[in-house]
Amino acid sequence: MLSMTEKEKIEDEIKQVPIKKAACIEALKIVQEHRRWVSDESIRDVADILDMSPEEVDSVATFYNLIFRQPVGRHIILLCDSISCYVMGLKGIHAELTGLLGIQYGQTTADGRFTLLPNPCLGTCDHAPALMVDNDLYRDLHPAALADILEKYT
Amino acid sequence: MERPLTQHITFPPLEIRQYEAIGGYQAVRKAVRHMQPKDVTALVKESNMKGRGGAGFSTGMKWSFVPMDVPGPKYLVANADEMEPGTFKDRWLLEGNPHQLLEGMIVAAYAIQATEAFVFLRWAYKDAAVAIRKAIAEAYDAGYLGKDILGTGYSLEMHLHTGVGRYMCGEETALLNSLEGKRATPRAKPPFPQVSGLFGKPTIVNNVETLSFIPHIINKGAEWFKSLSRTADGGTKIYGVSGRVRKPGAWELPMGVTMRELIEEYAGGMKEGYGFRGVLPGGASTDFLIDKHMDIQLDFAGVAAAGSRLGTGTMVVLDDQTCPVGFVHNLEHFFAQESCGFCTPCREGLPWTEKLLWAIEQGRGREEDLELLLRHTEWLGPGNTFCALAPGAMEPLQSALKYFRDDFERHIREHRCPYHDPEPAIPASVHLHHTHHL
Amino acid sequence: MTIYIDNKPYEVKPGSNLLEAVLQQGMNLPYFCWHPALGSVGACRQCAVKVFKDEDDKTGRLVMGCMEPVKDNLRLSVEDPGAKAFREQVIGWLMTNHPHDCAVCDEGGSCHLQDMTVMTGHTCRHYRFSKRTYENQDLGPFLNHEMNRCIQCYRCVRFYKDYAGGKDLNVFAAHNHVYFGRCENGTLESEFSGNLAEVCPTGVFTDKTLKSHYTRKWDMTWAPSVCQGCSLGCNTSAGERYGSLRQIANRYNGEVNGYFLCDRGRYGYEFVNSDQRILQPAIRPHSNGTVNKAHIVDQVAQRVKNGRTIGIGSPRASLESNFALKLLVGEDNFFLGVSGSDQDHASLALKILREGPARTPSLQEAGEADAVLILGEDLTNTAPMLALAVRQAVRRKPEADAMGQIHLSDWQDAAVREAVQDKHGPLFIFHTVPTKLDELAEDVRRGAPEHLARLGFAVAKALGADIDPVTHLSAEENALAEKIAASLMAAERPLIIGGYGSGCDHMMKAAANVAWALQQKGHNPMLSLTLPEVNSLGLEMLGGHRLDTAIDVLRQGEADTVIVLENDLYRRADAHLIDEIFLHAQDVILIDHLYNRTAEKATVLLPAGTFAEADGTVVNNEGRAQRFYQVFVPKGDVQESWRWCLQIAEKAQVRSLNGMHNLDDIDWAITTAMPSLAQLQHLAPHADFRINGQRIPREPHRYSGRTAMLANENVSELKPAEDVDTPLSFTMEGYRGEPPSPLIPFFWSPGWNSVQSVNKYQQEIGGHLHGGDPGIRLLEPHLNGGPKYFHEVPDTFVPVPGHVHIMPLYHIFGSEELSMYTHGIAKNAADYCCLYLNPDDIARWNITPGDWVTVEMDHHTCRLVATPNHWMPHGLAGVTAGMPHSPVVDLPVLAKMRVSD
Ligand SMILES: Cc1cc2nc3c(=O)[nH]c(=O)nc-3n(C[C@H](O)[C@H](O)[C@H](O)COP(=O)(O)O)c2cc1C
Ligand code: SF4
Ligand code: FES
Repeated sequence: MLSMTEKEKIEDEIKQVPIKKAACIEALKIVQEHRRWVSDESIRDVADILDMSPEEVDSVATFYNLIFRQPVGRHIILLCDSISCYVMGLKGIHAELTGLLGIQYGQTTADGRFTLLPNPCLGTCDHAPALMVDNDLYRDLHPAALADILEKYT
Repeated sequence: MERPLTQHITFPPLEIRQYEAIGGYQAVRKAVRHMQPKDVTALVKESNMKGRGGAGFSTGMKWSFVPMDVPGPKYLVANADEMEPGTFKDRWLLEGNPHQLLEGMIVAAYAIQATEAFVFLRWAYKDAAVAIRKAIAEAYDAGYLGKDILGTGYSLEMHLHTGVGRYMCGEETALLNSLEGKRATPRAKPPFPQVSGLFGKPTIVNNVETLSFIPHIINKGAEWFKSLSRTADGGTKIYGVSGRVRKPGAWELPMGVTMRELIEEYAGGMKEGYGFRGVLPGGASTDFLIDKHMDIQLDFAGVAAAGSRLGTGTMVVLDDQTCPVGFVHNLEHFFAQESCGFCTPCREGLPWTEKLLWAIEQGRGREEDLELLLRHTEWLGPGNTFCALAPGAMEPLQSALKYFRDDFERHIREHRCPYHDPEPAIPASVHLHHTHHL
Repeated sequence: MTIYIDNKPYEVKPGSNLLEAVLQQGMNLPYFCWHPALGSVGACRQCAVKVFKDEDDKTGRLVMGCMEPVKDNLRLSVEDPGAKAFREQVIGWLMTNHPHDCAVCDEGGSCHLQDMTVMTGHTCRHYRFSKRTYENQDLGPFLNHEMNRCIQCYRCVRFYKDYAGGKDLNVFAAHNHVYFGRCENGTLESEFSGNLAEVCPTGVFTDKTLKSHYTRKWDMTWAPSVCQGCSLGCNTSAGERYGSLRQIANRYNGEVNGYFLCDRGRYGYEFVNSDQRILQPAIRPHSNGTVNKAHIVDQVAQRVKNGRTIGIGSPRASLESNFALKLLVGEDNFFLGVSGSDQDHASLALKILREGPARTPSLQEAGEADAVLILGEDLTNTAPMLALAVRQAVRRKPEADAMGQIHLSDWQDAAVREAVQDKHGPLFIFHTVPTKLDELAEDVRRGAPEHLARLGFAVAKALGADIDPVTHLSAEENALAEKIAASLMAAERPLIIGGYGSGCDHMMKAAANVAWALQQKGHNPMLSLTLPEVNSLGLEMLGGHRLDTAIDVLRQGEADTVIVLENDLYRRADAHLIDEIFLHAQDVILIDHLYNRTAEKATVLLPAGTFAEADGTVVNNEGRAQRFYQVFVPKGDVQESWRWCLQIAEKAQVRSLNGMHNLDDIDWAITTAMPSLAQLQHLAPHADFRINGQRIPREPHRYSGRTAMLANENVSELKPAEDVDTPLSFTMEGYRGEPPSPLIPFFWSPGWNSVQSVNKYQQEIGGHLHGGDPGIRLLEPHLNGGPKYFHEVPDTFVPVPGHVHIMPLYHIFGSEELSMYTHGIAKNAADYCCLYLNPDDIARWNITPGDWVTVEMDHHTCRLVATPNHWMPHGLAGVTAGMPHSPVVDLPVLAKMRVSD
């Protein structure tokens, strides 16, 4: 069941668009904002509100890599794996990070704290390598700096 | 040297009063009050402004394709999806001067008589989102947006849409599908978005840098715009350099600076201990240029003449200690992952090239693999695939096969990467989708 | 206009694309994502050709044939080495992940992907890495799902979602992970899901019923057939091996079903293989099916000769069988074996179509309508393919608008859909309960059928029909009637649909009035009337007495013997009436194929051939006579019903049937006896038709194992059966070329083993078959003199205190008799059989929803589960008609209710 707030926010989005379906991505974002990920049940709930079928909604949801259809940790680490970061030392960052977290790309730490995902270019190539944790961007990374960064997220 | 685009960039960006104080929104006042829409378009056309999104198509020309006599809504979209690897120019403009973009959008919208405008912003640009949201609210308050702008009877609504990933969203027709809440697969052209775009209505999609320039062209005219440049392609351009150079960064420079100036002066040359091997001049989907191209002028025609594309004008440098095969593999991994899966050559061809490159990089390459790679660069060429993603993906590959062929052959001959130890396999694909589908 | 293909000039149709143009010329060009009914999207890149600027251009430009419009003097090359290499490589890419499982794949031998692979010459694998694998889903009883075979052409979703309006199939994920299926396991909801098996170019979606008795396409014996599922008469190809019917496939008919079938039609064939089949003649109580056939024919003949025999015909039997029975018993003694209401509907429909000035459209024409009014029909359940046609029709107007504004061709599928968005042309639906088409309708009206019919009359009045004004309508209803009238007037090709679906004949009358009024205004309306069964209209055209009068005749002792033709009488009238037939008749002789309740009581059983074991003609709701052909020689003494009649007649020395031996003989007799059916002579080639002295083979020339397949029973190869009724042979020998359209057993063309070979049989892509589509229209509008409007506006529905009025509701699965023998259909049918009542009524009758309720009618009671349905008007209840436990056969009826103990 979606919360009242989620429903209201989705209704607001519906008002912005000429046809209900067009609010699909916004609705998914709203649900994810509130629940961190989008469950099958949420897909059905969103479908109901938008007069769509669950299949239609899931078709959209599964297309985009930042709509999470599996549970994720409390914090999402997006490690830029694109070219400038690759040149500037992605390999070392990746090794250190996976070592510290004890997980690989796509996995969540056992304590549910972090999910690690690769991410295409974060648009900060002049400060490569870079990663994002939730909304925070970290640039000019050095493997040694990673432990402190992770510290900040509980 | 004039730097119209970036001279007022600050962090945090100017608020609307400050922006107005330095002459902001004069272009909106001038255009909506004193110019006919078609005259705005004519002026932009006259300036020979070429789109900064990568393809370099004349902006004024694009606007002129919008049918002006059809009733119903029309749309303007600022393409702020910037996801081309190696590209970080729009972020600067978005975070540093959102009002400039908004002003350009309002003028552009007026020129095509759009009723609604969207900023399509990529997910990762969190600060930009905050800045733009704020700027839009300020512009509404100041009467530059909303009903009856400046009492002229022209109305425009503006929205910020943040994406949820996928490079494809930068392709303008896929972007429109995404704005419609659908999967970001591209659309066939014709019909062009100018005629049938968002929700089937006439729509213009322009890059952030393109739109940010519009106010200055309105204020200072076409001739001024042309005079900024050293070549026939007018204006200044934001150039950037990343990779192992001393001072990676981005600079607004006259269109047509040489590559040598850019890399040696602005970026400070190669880092201590690293040599220059090549450069992608305009993002991941452009052909390598090498040292013999150092003195070419970086404008649309100049780079094209050297066998590449100006693209986004933000370069990635390949140094002599980075494996070119690994470098290209990284790019093809990106492109294979970001294929939308709609057309066969891109969906199946890109993963294949990625696997071939990975095999070569790992020392498992075969002689015939080079031939296969080469054939792919032809097969995935423009027109053969549904959109420009795969042809773009082939540009660095085809030029790498040309310029760094020795490296490829050495990998195959020696059954190893001469640059570094074998690395653990990069996972083919990571996604948090529902698992039963794969 | 002229285009040059590999430097040779060809005339092509303006407005088409290069792929169509090339195929049109009979040339080969591979493709996947394009489909003639679905248009182009340019996804697969398989149809690449080179286009040249002019004669001097030697480089050319690679384009996708399906995305490039033809232009006068355009020069293209199919044979260009670059284009060929690219096309081969497209297959190479598709094969990177496609499994090497052709040998065990159901699609093998009828696989578009196989055909295209061979066509491009891709023979060698260059990809050396591992393949990705998917999990499959359980999609219900009709379709098997094997996702690894997917080549991502997107056709499935384009058909299922875009074309057929299905909701529960889609594409998931991105890049080379794209997946086509549902969110989770579960039966596909669309009534048109079975088409996926034909639309999918490879073995992802395959026919599950076929799988349960699998045979390759080339190993089946095929015949052109006509679907027995409803009155629309879609064309099918039926395939057999080892004496059992294995598959129903679509048989393209440009006028009727085009490329598609509904699931009732595709899957409802299993009765042919049922263990309830009557295979041997029997006389009760003496024998148990072991009596000698000649002896029984003698016995029956004796009875016919000596006593007075009446015959009861059937709307699920052919014209020929009904006619033969009619002659056997004599015109005066022939009764139509249908319920009172069905008979009313059929005779009313015939009268309207024959005497009125409105033309009844083919299915294809119905799909071209630009405004539609549906009166009292849930088309998806009563005439499914007509519902699919309406889905296409509602796109016509916005499509035309969009194409006028933006320069587009109709085959530019994605672009047209984008321009159209969710706009629909005018569609108005009046029906008591919601229907699946409601989502497309501009206005939907609900209420008691009589009430809705009144609204229909009001529309006719608003169009100027010379009828009395309809009184007591609300201002809103009057406004709606005006609005609909205006909408229909504004259309170029308005379509009015009525029929039997509400159990209320005023609906048809209202539909006729509306259509006629439009016609009087100088428009060309189309009027389509649904009927319950495959030959309802044909039977009505033959004519006969009402079934209840047969019972009177027996009661009064005026006859002693009854011959029942392909009919379970217990589905035609209340059991107490049918019981009387058995009570009064000395002998009831049943010629039928299924052991039903009538068979249980009959004194003589004669095993009839089903549509798959018999030849015959049926007339669909359009008045189109269509021939179906025997697929295989049945076991036992099973034979055509008309042949039983002929044999009995011979013994009984019935003169009117003298000298008739085969199908042509009967058809000749019909056409001479009945001028209205004279056209039947031209329906299809006669039995002596030969091409180059050869018959048309029912078996593909690759048919295998014929010398071995029965070796376990008999080592000598049996002499193939001879067909005395048709020009078809039961073997693989015969004419290898293209047969005349009514005689096409299966579509095949060199290099084209899949159904896509149909391209080679068409005059133009997606158009008529060579030589014209099979079938002959027997009814054309009567344009002389003004219409004889139906004047009697029905009274408003008034609930009868202490009673409920029960109206029929229909379900695609189970409301019809034969499809219930398909396991996958029967399994779920019980779910559909409920008593739908308004929640207020449920409360008023002191019933709890979900209770078993005893419904008391005049002569019997029955038990049904009370199901709230807030659309049912007060005092009205709906029952799914025709279900095994639906007791009430002749609806509507007045009843009382009480909660069962
Ligand atoms: C795969 C792909 C990704 C693209 N991404 C972007 C992008 O992120 N930003 C952008 O402005 N243009 C992008 N483009 C180009 C756009 O399609 C379009 O040409 C551009 O936004 C037009 O703006 P302009 O006329 O101002 O250059 C992309 C094109 C392709 C094929
Ligand atoms: S399942 Fe079949 S129809 Fe659907 S995309 Fe795959 S190959 Fe095409
Ligand atoms: S059939 Fe033309 S691209 Fe698929």
